Amino acid sequence: TKTQNFCRNEYNLTGLCNRSSCPLANSQYATVREEKGRCYLYMKSIERAAFPRRLWERVLLSKNYERALEEIDENLIYWPRFLRHKCKQRFTKITQYLIRMRRLTLRRRRKLVPLRRKIERRENRREEKALIAAQLDNAIEKELLERLKQDTYGDIYNFPIHAFDKALQQQEAESDSDSEAEREEEEEEEDVDKREFVEAEDSELSDFEDMDKLDTSSEEEQEEEEEVEKKASHSKSKGKTPLKGPARRKRPYIEIEYEEETEPKTK
Amino acid sequence: AGEGSGPVPGDGAGPPAPERVLFPPTFSVSEIKNKQRRHFMFVRWKQQQRKEKLALKKKRRKEREALGDKAPPKAVPKTIENQRVYDETTVDPNDEEVAFDEATDEFAPYFNRQTVPKILITTSDRPRGRTVRFCEQLATVIPNSHVYYRRGLALKRIIPQCIARDFTDLIVINEDRKIPNGLVLSHLPDGPTAHFRMSSVRLRKEIKRKGKEPTEHVPEVILNNFTTRLGHSIGRMFAALFPHDPQFVGRQVATFHNQRDYIFFRFHRYIFKSEKKVGIQELGPRFTLKLRSLQKGTFDSKFGEYEWIHKRREMDTSRRKFHL
Repeated sequence: TKTQNFCRNEYNLTGLCNRSSCPLANSQYATVREEKGRCYLYMKSIERAAFPRRLWERVLLSKNYERALEEIDENLIYWPRFLRHKCKQRFTKITQYLIRMRRLTLRRRRKLVPLRRKIERRENRREEKALIAAQLDNAIEKELLERLKQDTYGDIYNFPIHAFDKALQQQEAESDSDSEAEREEEEEEEDVDKREFVEAEDSELSDFEDMDKLDTSSEEEQEEEEEVEKKASHSKSKGKTPLKGPARRKRPYIEIEYEEETEPKTK
Repeated sequence: AGEGSGPVPGDGAGPPAPERVLFPPTFSVSEIKNKQRRHFMFVRWKQQQRKEKLALKKKRRKEREALGDKAPPKAVPKTIENQRVYDETTVDPNDEEVAFDEATDEFAPYFNRQTVPKILITTSDRPRGRTVRFCEQLATVIPNSHVYYRRGLALKRIIPQCIARDFTDLIVINEDRKIPNGLVLSHLPDGPTAHFRMSSVRLRKEIKRKGKEPTEHVPEVILNNFTTRLGHSIGRMFAALFPHDPQFVGRQVATFHNQRDYIFFRFHRYIFKSEKKVGIQELGPRFTLKLRSLQKGTFDSKFGEYEWIHKRREMDTSRRKFHL
């Protein structure tokens, strides 16, 4: 393919640097240019070559496409075919791109927001540090244990030792099995009342917590304890396989024995 | 030349005995022009500092033990969380005004159990592989959620359609260079819209664990550390994504933990091994969010009323000031 140079002159008609399309080389020349959405026909003739200020004569073209083409024809009557043709071509192109511009502004545009490298790096670093400071696993475990103590889970998990009973155990130095048996009984009786009146204290959404407990308490009243225990043991057995996950994560080489739920847990 | 630099010139490797050498008191290690010698001197100085520090620690510990019960309590180390600039919008749990506000804001129907959350998850135009998979995984994590792709549809036009079809929340995941990097969470019947910057997204297969995928049970929600008013409203937004009644049988928990204005999302399965021990196993995707702006109405970038925007010049000036 033949390579051609571009012309840098703003009045050039085709954009290429040729003898026939150079506005400096031709004393009779015409161009179409647009300004702020309106198209003008610029004409240069030899009579005005001595007056650079008046050299280019400007004619406003109509907004109507056909009318504008007729106007070009009128103004460039008796001019070389080449110029007339190229002017009309250029005018067509210009109107097409103006139409496209107007259509685009109506649509939603994707706005590109540049990232700033320094800020990105700073935020990444701060995020890492925040992650370390957060100690997520510990926080989650603590929260779950809190919820267990606050009895949001109701009777699903049947741990014999409960939060406020632990205090009792610390005070009394009696034998474990007796106190546990007593506590289980007490717990069964008190659970029904406790659930309705005790508030969750340090959860962020107290509404949420309350709603939960009201629901579980209603569940409890319907089901019997035996069924709940069965369900709990079932869920425990269902939980055996995922238990291997975290356990394995912590101590990969030690075998884990699962205790039966009926055995009292001594802690 | 000059100032009595320590090792004898020509004696490259061996350290001279320190008693032989005297330094003028204004000498500092950085004045030696020779890099090797300077480095050597610096290393020696560092070792000396470390020894001194160790000696000091030991002494303090001995004093502590010697005093026994009368010893003064251990000093609490300063952390950023300790030194945090007090934010006047911190929520007091007993504040009535806050409670009243929360009872009447846009989430009240959710918290009063009048609405069931129904979520629509979508992306920006032309999502690439990672984003698509992330959307799918997010849909499994959040119950009652649907993923729809949009090809060039304006958000403003799909919002009325969503409202008509009874969706309560809209999540748009914005993508950049094939990875998700932004999240727009909008509560639908003219609820607030929060725009987050999302980072370190890990899909399920990239997380090191050996669990199975999340089941259909409704997970519990944990919201940690949302202390200010702004944090409270964001926390409620997150809570409104999940149905109100978690199924404890499923033993799944979704956590939104706020630390220094970064919200970490994790999804775990837990099991209580005993009364005081719980094991958690991470399933599900994880990501971190940083709030960029909170708008009062639904998503509207031009005419929306912004409740909060992150202004970098004003808000990032202090290391100990956080807004959530």
